[in-house]
Amino acid sequence: MTDFISYVLRGIPFGCVFALVAIGLVLTYKTSGVFNLAFGAQAYVSAAVYYDTHVRHKWPILPAFALAVIVVGPLVGLILDRVVFRFMRTAPHVARLVAALGLLVAIPQLVNLWFGQSPSFGVEGIWPSSQGSNFAVYHFGDYALNGDQVATLIATAVVVIGLSVLFRFSDIGLRMRAVVESSRMTELSGINAGRVGTFAWMLSSLVAGLAGVLLAPLFAQVNANNFTILIVAAIAAAAFGRLTSIPLTLLGGILLGIAQGLLGGYLPPASVLAQGLRPSLPFIALFALLIFWPAVRSRREVTDPLAGVDPPPPGLASLTRGRGLTWATRILAVVVATGAVAFVMGSNYWLLLGTQAVILSTIFLSVVVITGMAGQISLCQATFAGIGAFTTAQLVSEYHTSVLLTILAGAVLAAIVGGLLAVPVLRLGGIYLALATFAFALMFESILIPLDWVGGGAAPIKVPRPTIGPVDFANNRSFFFLCLAVLAVVSVLVIFVRGGTTGRFLDALRGSETAAQAIGINPARARIIAMALSAGIAGLGGGLLATQSGLAQPADYNSFLGLYWVVLVVTLGSRTVEGGIQAGIGFIVVDELLKRIGVNSSWEPILFGLGAITYARHPEGILEFQKRKAMAFVQRHLDRMSGKSQPADQLAGAGDGGAVAPATTPSSERVGAD
Amino acid sequence: MALLEARSISKRFAGITALDDVTLDVEAGEPVGLIGPNGAGKTTFFNCLLGMLRPDGGRVVFAGRDITRLPVYKRARLGFGRTFQRIELFAGMSVRDHLLVAERSHRGTGALWKDMLNLGRPKPDEIAQADATLELLGLLDHADKPIETLSLGRGRLVEVGRALMTEPKLLLLDEPSSGLDRTETDELVITLQTVQRERGTAILLVEHDVEMVQSFVSRLYVLDFGTLIASGTTAEVLGDATVRKAYLGEYV
Repeated sequence: MTDFISYVLRGIPFGCVFALVAIGLVLTYKTSGVFNLAFGAQAYVSAAVYYDTHVRHKWPILPAFALAVIVVGPLVGLILDRVVFRFMRTAPHVARLVAALGLLVAIPQLVNLWFGQSPSFGVEGIWPSSQGSNFAVYHFGDYALNGDQVATLIATAVVVIGLSVLFRFSDIGLRMRAVVESSRMTELSGINAGRVGTFAWMLSSLVAGLAGVLLAPLFAQVNANNFTILIVAAIAAAAFGRLTSIPLTLLGGILLGIAQGLLGGYLPPASVLAQGLRPSLPFIALFALLIFWPAVRSRREVTDPLAGVDPPPPGLASLTRGRGLTWATRILAVVVATGAVAFVMGSNYWLLLGTQAVILSTIFLSVVVITGMAGQISLCQATFAGIGAFTTAQLVSEYHTSVLLTILAGAVLAAIVGGLLAVPVLRLGGIYLALATFAFALMFESILIPLDWVGGGAAPIKVPRPTIGPVDFANNRSFFFLCLAVLAVVSVLVIFVRGGTTGRFLDALRGSETAAQAIGINPARARIIAMALSAGIAGLGGGLLATQSGLAQPADYNSFLGLYWVVLVVTLGSRTVEGGIQAGIGFIVVDELLKRIGVNSSWEPILFGLGAITYARHPEGILEFQKRKAMAFVQRHLDRMSGKSQPADQLAGAGDGGAVAPATTPSSERVGAD
Repeated sequence: MALLEARSISKRFAGITALDDVTLDVEAGEPVGLIGPNGAGKTTFFNCLLGMLRPDGGRVVFAGRDITRLPVYKRARLGFGRTFQRIELFAGMSVRDHLLVAERSHRGTGALWKDMLNLGRPKPDEIAQADATLELLGLLDHADKPIETLSLGRGRLVEVGRALMTEPKLLLLDEPSSGLDRTETDELVITLQTVQRERGTAILLVEHDVEMVQSFVSRLYVLDFGTLIASGTTAEVLGDATVRKAYLGEYV
């Protein structure tokens, strides 16, 4: 019994931190409608500041705490609100989610530029004690808590009571509740909704900072990944509170902490279960909650009563061009593609990079399908690629099957997993697909990959190159052409599907789900097909990637990449096949460019992460948008030269809400490499 | 046997009885109206028919089949077409695309492998059919325009056209006159009458604009506080003293 209680006690401080972060999430969601995935990153900022001042520069606890939590915390919130989210109050949920995702990718990298990449040990808590907070132990009968744990308990109690009082009894609390219902309605009654929103962001960011500083000593190091993963535990707790109730969220967080403490106490420490299950408990909890708890599902997303006055969401920049220009761009595309292939063939170094770019382009087409076509955010594309890679590796090493066949088998298996995952999750809709896929990615990574029959245990499994008859793809050049051929086939498939029935159904669902159902479209079926197709493409690419490097390495398919890929593709163009290919090439080229000019490679995720914020304005991606604008400009110029009077862009204002004319969409595609 | 039979539909929201034992029939090819003051339960009833809400009691029978528990999209496939009070169109699609996607959904040929072999593109006869419907609605000139550039009145016609492409047996119109001025409403009525005559579609019109209903339907139901207070031919119902008191009040 004593053991039991001490395990429970050990879990409670962790639970309190989960709860703090979750309460911050709920607070942001309640007051700004943004499901802030970047919340963990905000916590990391404060933790890094506290560590830097207190441990590295030997500041006393109080000023370090004041700077990190009371100054930097709200400041981050202020900046995020002023620069990003105040412009998104009426943006669709997906756009807000993508912006948060971009920040989640960019913020930790920005902090690392200043703070350093290496994890920093020897973190001190905020509990004043002469021996250091970790060693100040307080005994309560048979049980003991250290200073950090006591500090966490106290801080959580203060935050929960303070926020409850604020929401229930204060004027600003009432205003915050009104703003989330409808910021415009609130403004009509004479309240500055912008200021209320800013206050809410600063408040929630303060909570994030507090959680960050409290959490660092519990993990014994300051490391960005801990904070990213922390968000999953917090989401599980927040889901328990149905994203609205602060007391229930607190309870959810504490229960999660206790469960983790108990697992840690009772499972033999060396077993696979203990090593995989304990850290992945939050993911499992979140997954189970989303799928089996009806209360989460029945919750409706807040709809603004004044939504009718919104302008329609921006369409794709319109693209109308004459036959001449279409042919000119096609010829240009062929010339550029041939040139690129010739250049890549020139050196072994570039051949390697070129092959990588082509394979990544294939994988990124999976994001085009699920995000660009179906309008859903899936954060486990890297996991699907991993499924493809590990299936390939296992089949080849166990059964010596032909490599090309095993790559296809990997793609099929990934498609099946994707479809099965979509069945329970897609009914949830909105932000939940993103959450559940992220939980799935982390679960896969921590439970399945370490297993022998999946990731191959300690050493990654070798994968040979395929052969077809006399052609041996061990030669890097012929392998490059194989990848190019796969990319071409997948591109054509995606273009066909988009122009066909499935693509039209998905377009309709993106436009209005209610109306799509009213004409007999089954939303779940259409989205499950999209998810399976997307997972299959990712699996195919993953198999190729393993074949290229010769190894199925878990690090190539980690969950963070799944986040990063989405951000990257959304920035460079998620609506078209061309956009996916741009993303594949951009990923490699930007990295290489940064290396050549000697800039820290963290700038790449920062660049794309911040780029993703523009998704709300340019859902086709900024690069794609600029390209279309340029194209429209050239077309106008051509028309003027040829003396034609009718303007080519009769769809009014390229980019400002015009839509793609159906007849011209196919011509905007280029098949194969750019 | 009527095409649509709603039998003793009841719906309660947290203690408030929104619908109490409402029974309504629509015969094949017949235009029927359902009127009532604001808050009478018209939209709730409408949503129960369409499957957006599940009634607490009663049954909905369509063409002899009990559809009370069927999801929205399956009802649509059985032959329900509808328009929305607050217009619901597919952002980013052209007018013709709205009709094509509906036609595609109706034929139910959505196999992925067909798409992958490029067999999923609209065929000339499908486009011709969509254009015929657009012509009927007077929208052919706007076929290639993005939906965002259309006025509310035309948008509602697109909704009608989209519904028609699924070859509905019954067209449910939810307050089609809302947001339209008198001229636009009159034009809509003329178009709907043409549609009803040429396609033989039964229509259930939910409205509060009595003038519009009067000029269009042959039978009328009146809902007040969740109960049916009158039904019969249009002239009978509008002459009924209870109806005049409950709904039309002093302004007739």
